[in-house]
Amino acid sequence: MNRVATTRAWLRRNLFSDVFSGLTTLLLLAGGVHWLPGLIDWVLLQAVFTPDAAACEAVDHAGACWGVVAEKYRFILFGRYPYAEQWRPLLATTLLLLVIVASGLRLLACGPLLAAWLLALPAFFVLMGGGYFGLTAVGSDLWGGLPLTLLLATMGMLLALPLAVLVALGRQSSLPLPRALCTVYVELVRGVPLISVLFLASFLFPIILPQGSSVDVLLRVQGGIVLFAAAYLSETIRGGLQAVPGGQHDAAAALGLGRWQAMRWIILPQALRAVIPSVMNSAVSIFKDTSLVTVVSLYELTGALSLALAGDAEWRSFHLEGYLFIGLIYWIGCYAMSRFSRTLELEGGLQRKSLQGLG
Amino acid sequence: MRFPNFALNWPAAIALLLLLSSAPAHAGKTLDQIRQRAQLVCGVSTGVIGFSSADSQGRWNGLDVDVCRAIAAAVLNDPNKVKYVPLNAQQRFTALQSGEVDLLSRNTTWTLTRDASLGLHFTAITYHDGQGFLVPKKLKLTSAKQLKNAEICVQSGTTTEKNLSDYFKAQGIRIKPVVFEKFEASIKAFFSGRCQAYTTDASALAFIRAKEAPRPDDYAVLPELISKEPLGPVVRRGDDEWFAIVKWVIFALIEAEEYGVTQANLEQMKASGDPAIQRLLGTAEDSGKLLGLDRDWAARAVKAVGNYGEMFQRNVGDASPLKLRAALNALWSKGGRKVAVQAGRVRWA
Amino acid sequence: MADFRHAAFATPLLAGGLLAGLWWLLDVTAANMHERGIRSGFGFLSDPAGFGIGESLLPFDSADSTLWALAAGLANTLRVALPAIVFSTLLGTLIGLGRLSPNLLLRGLCAVYVETLRNVPLLLHLLAWYFVVTDLLPPASDALQLAPHVFLGKSGLALPWPGGDSGLFDLPARGEMGIVGGAVLTPEFLALFLGLTLYTAAYVAETVRAGIQSVPRGQSDAGLALGLTRARLFRLVLLPQALRSIIPPLTNQHLSLTKNASLAVAIGYPDLVSVANTTLNQTGRAAECIALIMAVYLILSILTAWLSAWLERRTGRWAER
Repeated sequence: MNRVATTRAWLRRNLFSDVFSGLTTLLLLAGGVHWLPGLIDWVLLQAVFTPDAAACEAVDHAGACWGVVAEKYRFILFGRYPYAEQWRPLLATTLLLLVIVASGLRLLACGPLLAAWLLALPAFFVLMGGGYFGLTAVGSDLWGGLPLTLLLATMGMLLALPLAVLVALGRQSSLPLPRALCTVYVELVRGVPLISVLFLASFLFPIILPQGSSVDVLLRVQGGIVLFAAAYLSETIRGGLQAVPGGQHDAAAALGLGRWQAMRWIILPQALRAVIPSVMNSAVSIFKDTSLVTVVSLYELTGALSLALAGDAEWRSFHLEGYLFIGLIYWIGCYAMSRFSRTLELEGGLQRKSLQGLG
Repeated sequence: MRFPNFALNWPAAIALLLLLSSAPAHAGKTLDQIRQRAQLVCGVSTGVIGFSSADSQGRWNGLDVDVCRAIAAAVLNDPNKVKYVPLNAQQRFTALQSGEVDLLSRNTTWTLTRDASLGLHFTAITYHDGQGFLVPKKLKLTSAKQLKNAEICVQSGTTTEKNLSDYFKAQGIRIKPVVFEKFEASIKAFFSGRCQAYTTDASALAFIRAKEAPRPDDYAVLPELISKEPLGPVVRRGDDEWFAIVKWVIFALIEAEEYGVTQANLEQMKASGDPAIQRLLGTAEDSGKLLGLDRDWAARAVKAVGNYGEMFQRNVGDASPLKLRAALNALWSKGGRKVAVQAGRVRWA
Repeated sequence: MADFRHAAFATPLLAGGLLAGLWWLLDVTAANMHERGIRSGFGFLSDPAGFGIGESLLPFDSADSTLWALAAGLANTLRVALPAIVFSTLLGTLIGLGRLSPNLLLRGLCAVYVETLRNVPLLLHLLAWYFVVTDLLPPASDALQLAPHVFLGKSGLALPWPGGDSGLFDLPARGEMGIVGGAVLTPEFLALFLGLTLYTAAYVAETVRAGIQSVPRGQSDAGLALGLTRARLFRLVLLPQALRSIIPPLTNQHLSLTKNASLAVAIGYPDLVSVANTTLNQTGRAAECIALIMAVYLILSILTAWLSAWLERRTGRWAER
């Protein structure tokens, strides 16, 4: 009896609170009944799961052809990396992912975590590039797929952060020269699309650089991503710096700390702590933005997919399934990061509250 | 207040910095640099079967790649001492201009604009191509002139877009180009039925029809070639010695075909009494010293990749999946346009 | 807010500084290129373009100047960006409100929409839409007829359009090469428009939601206590206050959308970047073409900043009224 009553109350509150709400519920339910079976049909019931092009052809898009993923997943995930050597990018990606996840879940203390990063990054490059420990050398032009996406995003974040802190401090500076430079840099980069920055990195860096000193295209594009990301990150960090109460400056000065000491030990730690959630949001953006490097002929996840499917007449008409597959990979990464950011935000809110309680 | 003063000068300061970092370094000529690093850096395409493409092991092959190998053999005495830098159409000229590559051997069309305004020299023609159209057979087209109001898929970054516009303008026909940045995207769009025709160089069309079409028999190449596309390797301006080496290695490969010198009969031919062959293979006079190379430079090039005719057959001709006919790329004495710029006795085949 | 107004005043100065800096950087690069025998300068802008543009709002012919080609490209960028801005704002607002709805199903659906769309790269959205439009629709020769004289196929959506030679409307009809006549929204345009609109709507929804939630709860309670209906409460109390915190991030979203329109190059829509890219290939003037793209987008950004500041002042007044 009681349960029925609570259920009714729940239904009433959440689905039928007024006429409009009730109509919406009915409409959405009707829509669900109408569309869901077709969707389930396409995704599961009529879908082809085996890498059999003929079977996919026979189904003729009435069901999804997940076989395309079964057939091409190695090409999609690792691009043109030599087939026999693909355990290397797999291992490298796993290592890097483990360290990233460990950092996110705070499984390790500060010291071991730093050590893990310092080990994982060189290991990543050695595994991918080879040339040591009897591994055959693989040129960076053959790197592709998920490891490349991860590399561009991770290195983009790691290198952009310090640069962003410097630029943010520069914009706060009382000296006109650094302030003007940093302002111009930030506004310039934020005013133009990433694609133009990538074009710049791809076509123009070689001309601006001294002749004969060739820089690998991957490195140039990575540089472009770092410059782009740092401009956005610096604005986030500047916001954090501004949010630190003025009393903190005064208190630091009263303790006899110099300007830089105060910045290093008092202001910056608070500012950075406050902006971690926004920094994570930037990380999500960078992770998604790496898909653009396919336009300058680097075959990361999106590019590797086109390369894998567009070049194969048999599988070409099943791009949608391929897009959904890599979309899922991107989604998992981005969703995990944004959840993480939200958790941090909540924690930060709690911490602030408890501090206020103390004060 | 020293800083505000300095601040007024900041453009000058960065100018100085950038000028320092970008001072043109003509340190050492191209040939010296290549010898020093014992490697020729060759710009190739990101993958055009028959011209330059990498297999699953990362080994490069194709007509353009063979040109690199021949030059490496002539200059470094080893056809394998080549580093291939895959470049897309947009990147290729800057890569050469900036010195990232020593040589651009990437089915690049010789045009006045490119030759005169990009700080480059085209060396010689390695392939005579022409732009054509691939159409679905079900449209029952027999001529490009029937493409009125058609949408035509084309990849950007080539001379193709301009030829397309020129040709149909001259014919008084309106068409709509659908331009894609990447080859894969343009191919995908055409075979999905987005366009009524696909246009690019005829050599590539043959390959696209054979390898990319879901059913090759559903597609046909129209008879018209709407342009002439002389393709050849490109070098930077300002190094005439290197320009001469690249040019003459290619001429030597063509001359070898003319004189019947092949990869297989090279050693016998070295003993030949024919003065023209002796000159080519360096058994009589030393032509190498004029180029800054040693006397059997041409012999090494032929040994590495064969003569031009062999290169053609192996990469794009009958011995390849493309099965292109030599046509314009036959020797001049056989009705083609291939000619080595070298005075000498004519040998009619 | 004072901070924002200050930024608006600083913008022209900053703009001048930026353009001067850009100009000067070009100068250095030009000197560098001269050293290498590369021709430089913007003289090529007055030369005939020589290439065609598939669809253009401005009348364009390959004999027109390169500058005009780039202008046509910019017009194409705005042609897709402006409608996408309007529609993404409308859709995003609805979804943002939906996320605050008392109805659980609607709230859930809107949350799923936002979380699904914004966690996947825009490029992937565009590629997928383009694939759906070009691969799954029937070919131009047997396009779907949605209504009299409205056709949908691989060549796009053909609609009647005022003008034309015969009568009031130019009506699309079946022709030899597919659909002839009328105004055509090409698959490239459709995919770009759909992708940009749906993707940006997710961000707009979050902005709207956050803006409305930023209004203290007491305000609603007070409004209800005064006897306002929910609709009047929303219009008179919540919206004016929420708009203050919605408009600045919203203009940012609009600016991002305009910048994101540059991804057109990946699906073959002739926007500014795509035309500049073709120009780059034809002329080899990499530095000049990239500088042009950047300068145009910078100017667009500055204009948007001004517009945003202006809106800020207006909504400020509205709220005070």
